[in-house]
Amino acid sequence: MEPLSWSEIALRMLGLFLPVWIALIVTFAVSIAFKRRLGLYGKLFDSPIGMIGFAMVMFWVFTGIFGGAFDMIVTHDVLSQSASMKNKGPGTPFTQLMGTPDPGAYPYYLLGGDNLGRDVFSRMVAGAWEVIKIAPFASMFSFMVGITLGLPAGYYGGRLDTLLSFMANLILAFPVILLFYLLVTPEIVQTGIPVYMAAVLFLFPIVFLLLLWNSRYHTQPSRRNVYVGITLVIGLWLYLGIAWNADPLGLVSFPPNLLVVFVAVVFVNSPTVFRIVRGLTMDIKTRDYVAAAQTRGERPWYIMLWEILPNARGPLLVDFCLRIGYTTILLGTLGFFGLGLSPESPDWGSTINDGRKLLTMYLHPALPPAFALLSLVLGLNLLADGLREESLRD
Amino acid sequence: MAMFILRRVGIMILTALCLTFIVFFLTNLYPNLEKLAKTQGDFRMSDEEVASYLGRNGYLQPMPVKYGQWLGVVPGFVIDDRDGVTRGQCIPPDTDPKDAPRFCGILQGDWGYSTVFREDVGKILSDKLVLTGRLMFWVMVLMVPSALILGILAGMREGSRTDRTLSTFAITTTATPEYVSGVLFIAVFASTAVGLKWFKGTATAAMDAPDFENFFLPVLTIALYGMGYIARMTRASMAEVMTAQYIRTARLKGVSFSNIVMKHALRNALIAPFTVIMLQFPWLLNGVVIVETLFNYKGFGWTLVQAAGNNDIELLLGVSVISVIVVLVTQLISDIGYVFLNPRISVR
Repeated sequence: MEPLSWSEIALRMLGLFLPVWIALIVTFAVSIAFKRRLGLYGKLFDSPIGMIGFAMVMFWVFTGIFGGAFDMIVTHDVLSQSASMKNKGPGTPFTQLMGTPDPGAYPYYLLGGDNLGRDVFSRMVAGAWEVIKIAPFASMFSFMVGITLGLPAGYYGGRLDTLLSFMANLILAFPVILLFYLLVTPEIVQTGIPVYMAAVLFLFPIVFLLLLWNSRYHTQPSRRNVYVGITLVIGLWLYLGIAWNADPLGLVSFPPNLLVVFVAVVFVNSPTVFRIVRGLTMDIKTRDYVAAAQTRGERPWYIMLWEILPNARGPLLVDFCLRIGYTTILLGTLGFFGLGLSPESPDWGSTINDGRKLLTMYLHPALPPAFALLSLVLGLNLLADGLREESLRD
Repeated sequence: MAMFILRRVGIMILTALCLTFIVFFLTNLYPNLEKLAKTQGDFRMSDEEVASYLGRNGYLQPMPVKYGQWLGVVPGFVIDDRDGVTRGQCIPPDTDPKDAPRFCGILQGDWGYSTVFREDVGKILSDKLVLTGRLMFWVMVLMVPSALILGILAGMREGSRTDRTLSTFAITTTATPEYVSGVLFIAVFASTAVGLKWFKGTATAAMDAPDFENFFLPVLTIALYGMGYIARMTRASMAEVMTAQYIRTARLKGVSFSNIVMKHALRNALIAPFTVIMLQFPWLLNGVVIVETLFNYKGFGWTLVQAAGNNDIELLLGVSVISVIVVLVTQLISDIGYVFLNPRISVR
């Protein structure tokens, strides 16, 4: 068989991404049709920059979900190697050194093979899933930690603020890569320190939700008890499963090396979120509506969580988008230095690191993951920019 | 002002102590020591042999004592070995134990001994810092002026087409981590596949003889990532200044636009970017680690990776001391500079 030409490769790739295109079109059609009723999210569709960013982000989100979770876009198994496909250029027909290929297999390596003869295209698609399943959740956890600590630090000030700020600055003064090397090596994992850190960090979302419900509904005990009960049951169940790997039902578990990566990323991100929330709180607590709530005799946590936090949502939302982008970069850095994730893992950082070694001769293994990472982070930055513009407008 | 600086220096020293203790603690955990013993001795050591090796080299003392010894506030350990030789932290081989000093730590200027490079940590660090200093110098030379020009051009007419274009460019650079832009640059400018071959894909030669061909790509890669952020800060601050009252007054007086920008707006617009540039140092340090690995430039960042990858305890501690000091000093300079530049802020 002849190798494919560039236009054929492009056409075939467009075809493979068909589910993603459909999902994107549906998302955009629905969002634009109802944009007046969707609040800030709807307003995003008034800003061209925000729309471009959103499209780029959702492209990779859908690619990750369809490719990683439903196995739809990938053409070859991401780990299977074919000795005759080593470093072959884009569009090379799929062959195997020994035996004939499975007749059902996809007949081409669309973006060529890497130095072990694995399909670059499939690995790029699978890499999207690696990012999508970690980055948003890691950012969310960092936000929960940062908010739970930053609100009281900014609201009360004084000793508490001094202590917490000192600790945040301590972590921020570390070069990130040194911290990763100290936390993510197998020897440290052996000592169990990451698990203890997970045990502490993963408590924050539960604490946050409990404070949230209790401060709002403590005057209606029946309602509060329901919310608190649900949070405690689900939260502690997930907490035991994820942090301690001790789920009594045996349903929830978390791969240990993924847990280490997750913890390291949350640990690095939280102090920055803490500083942002603290600054916003110090600014907002001087407003009249906070004074009004204080005069009404509201309790501190109610004021923090239900008066201050909602009014800080604009900047926090913008930072959330940027933070997911930064987390993506951090995950790439981890992969680039071969830390945490397994060496065969198709995440973008590891594939870039693999590809760079032969970069002066073969470009195709390193460039697709590099462009993928670039476009996702750029999309998140543009989305943040669009959100900032739209949230400033009202 | 003196009080302010004194307090900041006090906090700085406390931070440095805490940070080095954390690094010390993490590198001295038993599994790490076991790995060290096995790489130093041989890989098939039994558990008892590992323990005896560690004991002989003073690794099994309590953590605070070891930290004090490393710091130089606790006397170095002295152990009478089985073969009758007295060994100790402060006793170099072939020296009479009686002549050796009691204390030898960072405070005495003794940085320890690297187990990977088999050399004095102090010497390694000073060599590598010269190399990285050169890299950083050129990064600054490239990054700061271009970022400021970019930001000022974008910010002086907010919302114009120039502003849109330059802002998009700035966002793109902040969205491109060094390991992506570096790979792209090597692919375009240094590979045989594209064929331009304007620059070299490695900077190993630049350690002895840096020239434009082998040094430009690493410098550009680091500079580009930091540039976008500074440019956006400059743009925001410039755009804010341009709406101020005194600028409008100047325009109404009939001062030309270029004069307004150069003489009236610029000085006030540069206060915020100054602090940002200083606070960029921790980020640049990260960039240095990635770029030095990518371009195989054996400087400070490359040393960090080697030390951390091989659990070279004393070298790693030296590296962290230096990087922590760099970060904290730049924070201090940024705070003091901000106070000096901004007449609206006063310090008790």
